[in-house]
Amino acid sequence: MSASKEATSGTFGPMTLVVGAVFIASALLSIFVAARTHDAVMGFHMALFTTFFVLGAFWLGKRHFDALEQPSEPTAQDGIQYMDGPIRVATIAALFWGIAGFLVGCIIAFQLAFPVLNLDLPWTSFGRLRPLHTSAVVFAFGGNALIATSLYVVQRTCKTRLAGDIAPWFLVWGYQLFIVLAATGYLLGVTQSKEYAEPEWYVDLWLTIVWVTYLAVFLFTLMKRREPHIYVANWFYLAFIVTIAMLHLVNNASLPVSWFEPKSYSAYSGVQDALIQWWYGHNAVGFFLTAGFLGMMYYFVPKRAERPVYSYRLSIIHFWAIIFLYIWAGPHHLHYTALPDWAQTLGMTFSIMLWMPSWGGMINGLMTLSGAWDKLRTDPVIRMLVVSVAFYGMSTFEGPVMSIKAVNSLSHYTDWTIGHVHSGALGWVGFVSFGAIYCLVPWLWKRKELYSLQLVNWHFWIATIGIVFYITAMWVSGIMQGLMWRAYNDLGFLDYSFVESVEAMHPYYIIRACGGVLFLIGALIMVYNVYRTIKGDVRSSEKLDPAPAGPGQLMAAE
Amino acid sequence: MKHSTIEKNSILLLVLTLIVVAIGGIVEIMPTFLINSTVEDVDGVRPYSPLELAGRNIYVREGCYTCHSQMIRSLRSEVERYGPYSLAAESKYDRPFQWGSKRTGPDLARVGGKYSNEWHALHMTNPRAVVTESIMPGYAFLATTPLNFERINEDLKTLAMLGDPYNEDMIANAVQDVIVQADPDEDYDDMLERYPGAVVGNFDNKPGVSELDALIAYLQMLGTLVDFSATDSTVYTQ
Repeated sequence: MSASKEATSGTFGPMTLVVGAVFIASALLSIFVAARTHDAVMGFHMALFTTFFVLGAFWLGKRHFDALEQPSEPTAQDGIQYMDGPIRVATIAALFWGIAGFLVGCIIAFQLAFPVLNLDLPWTSFGRLRPLHTSAVVFAFGGNALIATSLYVVQRTCKTRLAGDIAPWFLVWGYQLFIVLAATGYLLGVTQSKEYAEPEWYVDLWLTIVWVTYLAVFLFTLMKRREPHIYVANWFYLAFIVTIAMLHLVNNASLPVSWFEPKSYSAYSGVQDALIQWWYGHNAVGFFLTAGFLGMMYYFVPKRAERPVYSYRLSIIHFWAIIFLYIWAGPHHLHYTALPDWAQTLGMTFSIMLWMPSWGGMINGLMTLSGAWDKLRTDPVIRMLVVSVAFYGMSTFEGPVMSIKAVNSLSHYTDWTIGHVHSGALGWVGFVSFGAIYCLVPWLWKRKELYSLQLVNWHFWIATIGIVFYITAMWVSGIMQGLMWRAYNDLGFLDYSFVESVEAMHPYYIIRACGGVLFLIGALIMVYNVYRTIKGDVRSSEKLDPAPAGPGQLMAAE
Repeated sequence: MKHSTIEKNSILLLVLTLIVVAIGGIVEIMPTFLINSTVEDVDGVRPYSPLELAGRNIYVREGCYTCHSQMIRSLRSEVERYGPYSLAAESKYDRPFQWGSKRTGPDLARVGGKYSNEWHALHMTNPRAVVTESIMPGYAFLATTPLNFERINEDLKTLAMLGDPYNEDMIANAVQDVIVQADPDEDYDDMLERYPGAVVGNFDNKPGVSELDALIAYLQMLGTLVDFSATDSTVYTQ
């Protein structure tokens, strides 16, 4: 199947005609829904759908005629026509959405310090911007980084071209449409208000279609691999894709008020809804932000360090342990609530056990540098990857600690949770993605090296200082909040009113926001560096410097 | 079975992964649907009145859960600050639940009746007019936005399909019930019979039904349906 498809890539095969017909039918359906709906936001979203499908149909036609003139794509040195176009799109999208997400994060951080910045408009208030921030960084930045790296890694480790011809393009652009629908929906007030699962039912349906395409592309590529073994990074990517599909489908089960209205009601209510939501929410962390990025680590750390993975056996054990244990940990978000005690205790127990396989991954990542530790000094990209794994280790230690009921009674509902999430998100997810993208850009655009390793160094230090500001401010404010809420005076009365605890947070919220700004500045430096790399520039002062990872670059650029 | 067998078969890897990740969820989630004591029946708990439901939908739309929890934990300091700890039954008609995960602002599970309607109207318009240190955004636009409730009966129908006890009487009178709950001059006795304990009032003190009316009607009933006066409030102070 794959061979014939490669030969006829881009021409009017039966597949192109079928997809084209589906696109046109979908465009008509979107117009129909847009005409019937009473809701302005849904009308706007249907217009976006229509545009997407019409452009898609045009693209199919254009592709056909381009392919007739210019039949084949370049073949790599190992004789395989890798499909890198969609990966380039996802890489740029990751950077674009990353900047957007970090920027919104900074804005809402300043809103908490200076409420006047809410502007008292519906579209700019904290309650609508906060889901925009979380979705933009987790699903838009992180998701695109995962799509880009997974599609790259699966091709190289399976020594084969991506399965499907149109599907990978549909996946990448369909995912961007999902992001735009979700983000504009939040701003205009279309949300389920289920944390990290805010998009309404029709956006959820669209994501389901896109995600099934992702699974199909990834799985069929694995199935036509020319290597006997499936490389460990792909186990993690596959577990991430399939588990997210399961979580998304179950958690978002809901009944729309009408097919022409965005509003829906959850199929579950109260305590069951809470449990399912945190089963979803915690495993969005466990599989989206952990398993997927571990897949990234398992390819880019060994590749950049030019060392094999430290322990094959450890990778087997920690893979199965982590995917089994993570699923149980959700109820630790519901300690001392109306959730039955047995479920809370189960959640806590498994969360503590989770510490071990998490550190298994950290050890496997760090020890891969055995014999190559000197690269920490010479290669800032390796430094970024290694520090990301260190942050992973730190936050996966902090998590089990916070899941202990006694600790959680203090930490829950406070900024400590926010700090914990960000040491994982900025330190682990952010840095491992940055490191991977720094590796990926020269490979994808066939450049010899990055524009500037000096700028990577600046990015690394500015962002690291930003993270330190962020998490230390949140530790102090979080623990202070927790203590103030439970403080008693000599007469046995609560010592502080709630608003006194709000007032006490002010300096820490400013420090946190400044930390976020530093992280954003680092990312902007990266965008400039990537832009100049894609343009084909090399910084003149660095051209003659042979030290940093010269051979690695050459090998990687194969 | 050797691990290399799994590594060489992508479908086997996929199936085993799915089985392994399904177990935890099944063991934890299924029993909460099957064990009746998960949500014990409590007197007084009822589905939301149409105006409260519309208010709740505004609460959901504005993302209030990002700063306010609605779940008082069974800890002494929380019970003393906010009132009796939350029961599972009290959120049994919440689709979705809004327990929240962060208290940038105080818990709202029992905010009903704590402040006057005037206080709420002022506070929503400009929080710092009543609490100088507050960092809450102002929601002045709610008072000037008319509530869209002509089709609220469709919402009740949807919830009934999901199993909430809205009967035909409630669905048929939904639009009218919105109007009478937001206007103390109307005849609201039937509405109160359908939704005992609902708070009637012209919440924003302006003619017509605004989004602010709905939101305050919702806030004023939060945590008020169950009568805790008979329970021993010193349980957690021993």
